[in-house]
Amino acid sequence: MKTPILSIRNLSFAYSVERPNAVDKVDFDILPNTVTAILGPNGAGKTTLLHLLLGLMTPRDGEILLDEKPIHTYSRRELSQWIGLVPQSESLQFEFTVLEYLLLGRAPYLGPLDQPGKEDIKIARQSLQTVGIGDLETRSVLTLSGGEQQLVTLARALTQQPKILLLDEPTSHLDLSNRNTTLRILDRLRVNNTTIVFTTHDPEAAALVADHLVLMRSGEVLNTGLMETTFTSEKLSNTYGTPVSVIRMDGLWVVKSMERLACPNPKE
Amino acid sequence: MNKKLLNFSLILLPLLILAISLFMGRYPKPLFMPFSVLANDELAKQLVFNLRLPRLLTAALLGMSLSAAGGVMQMLFRNPLVEPGFLGVSQGAGFGAGLCILLLGTSPFLIEVSAALFAVLGLVLSYFIARRIRFGGWLLRLVLSGIAVSALFSSALGILKYMADPTSKLPEIVFWLMGGLYSVTWPDLLYILPVVVIGLAIIFLMRWRLNLLSLSDETAFSLGVAVGRERTLLLAASVAVTAVVISVAGIVGWIGLIIPHIARRITSSNAAEFIPVSMSLGAVFAVLCDDIARVAIIGEIPLGIITSLIGAGIFILLMTSRTIKFSK
Repeated sequence: MKTPILSIRNLSFAYSVERPNAVDKVDFDILPNTVTAILGPNGAGKTTLLHLLLGLMTPRDGEILLDEKPIHTYSRRELSQWIGLVPQSESLQFEFTVLEYLLLGRAPYLGPLDQPGKEDIKIARQSLQTVGIGDLETRSVLTLSGGEQQLVTLARALTQQPKILLLDEPTSHLDLSNRNTTLRILDRLRVNNTTIVFTTHDPEAAALVADHLVLMRSGEVLNTGLMETTFTSEKLSNTYGTPVSVIRMDGLWVVKSMERLACPNPKE
Repeated sequence: MNKKLLNFSLILLPLLILAISLFMGRYPKPLFMPFSVLANDELAKQLVFNLRLPRLLTAALLGMSLSAAGGVMQMLFRNPLVEPGFLGVSQGAGFGAGLCILLLGTSPFLIEVSAALFAVLGLVLSYFIARRIRFGGWLLRLVLSGIAVSALFSSALGILKYMADPTSKLPEIVFWLMGGLYSVTWPDLLYILPVVVIGLAIIFLMRWRLNLLSLSDETAFSLGVAVGRERTLLLAASVAVTAVVISVAGIVGWIGLIIPHIARRITSSNAAEFIPVSMSLGAVFAVLCDDIARVAIIGEIPLGIITSLIGAGIFILLMTSRTIKFSK
């Protein structure tokens, strides 16, 4: 049995004292070089959990162990060399070129007065190649399409060379083909020794790439485990509060919503 | 553009403009003083070394400070329309100067101290009110309280103006508010120098990290940035240089808004590249505007009016022109 790279122990968090816990008594492990999908409806606390894993906020209760040591014992700099983040949307106000933007990912390895050098540019170019957008290097990030911007943000996080990559709804703005491109890259990263954790409200995105699943609803984790045992009709229906059917077809998971809406159907 | 050539011209251009400006003025006749006059005329020597030189150096520092601070604030607040004095600093300084003129008289030194004190007070008030606002992100709260504090100070200044003696004190206040370097001598320059040098050094050395601070807080955090601490340091450096130069020069508008924009257009949005260009262009712009202020008419046009006039003109041109398109 491999030792987990992240252990979440009885973790609770609330945004203020008077509000209920946004993440409530959450408990699970993440193994190295796996892809974990945190799946659940909107407002389930997925992003909050992701930000807790990043070390951005202090939990109310419980703890997170990174490589068997409490996450708060790491310095911010050490932490940024371990964990990278692809936020849901990166709202840039200034017209950085793709390369300039990617080089920001080298910050964890640079001193407070340093600027990225030749070696950093080489690493940035490699991550552009990894996500397959080498031709965009000199373009302004703001002029790119949504799909391209998502890949650029991913490449920026890869330039950081993190051991763990957290992604917040990486596919929610993307069309089918861009979604699959992004997921394919995640799949490749797992093979190259990166641990992936991503949130999504789309069961199909989870089914395409995840090997582990965390099902969340109203701040609580309902189920965790391997896809085979967790990605079931019953558990998904329970998570979303609406009837869902999971079918296994040619080694693929197919998810069907079984809700019958009262729309008039002339043939019946 | 070739990088070495650019760096070289960034230093050379302001020095060249400064050197030429030393010979510009209205003595012995308008526009240019021939070199021979400086060599032979004792009064000319006095004029150039004791009045023009400190004044021009102050103008250069003023331009550098406001443009650097403007560039920093635009990135920190993720808003390209922010100006360095907007957190209550400019209006605070104006009120401080007005109060001093009304109560303590028109000694330039007292006005400077009072203006600087109230400029800092403006920032402190903005900061504490922002902490108490109960909604919105940190940046939005600072912007809101900055606007409110500026309005408070400007209305308080209005009351001072209304009470001031219209034949003696009121013109003094109004003239100070228009901004100008007419009273600057060596001691003024030495008074602003330490703050400006330290502040600009911090900004210059940490300029690449400004890019990180322009990202969302969680992304900056994920990149190992101590967001709160680094933002506070850069903000403090910008406000400090702005407060001291405003305290000697009065409210000189538009430099801090327009020069960073031009610098970005020439180079890139990468702060590592545009901040030095912004500093250099700021110095050139302020010195040239001060030349116009000194030379254009007998007496002098207040500097703040010239910078606003030319700055706003360039701004409109930049925003509307299709042909003025620099590197990207």
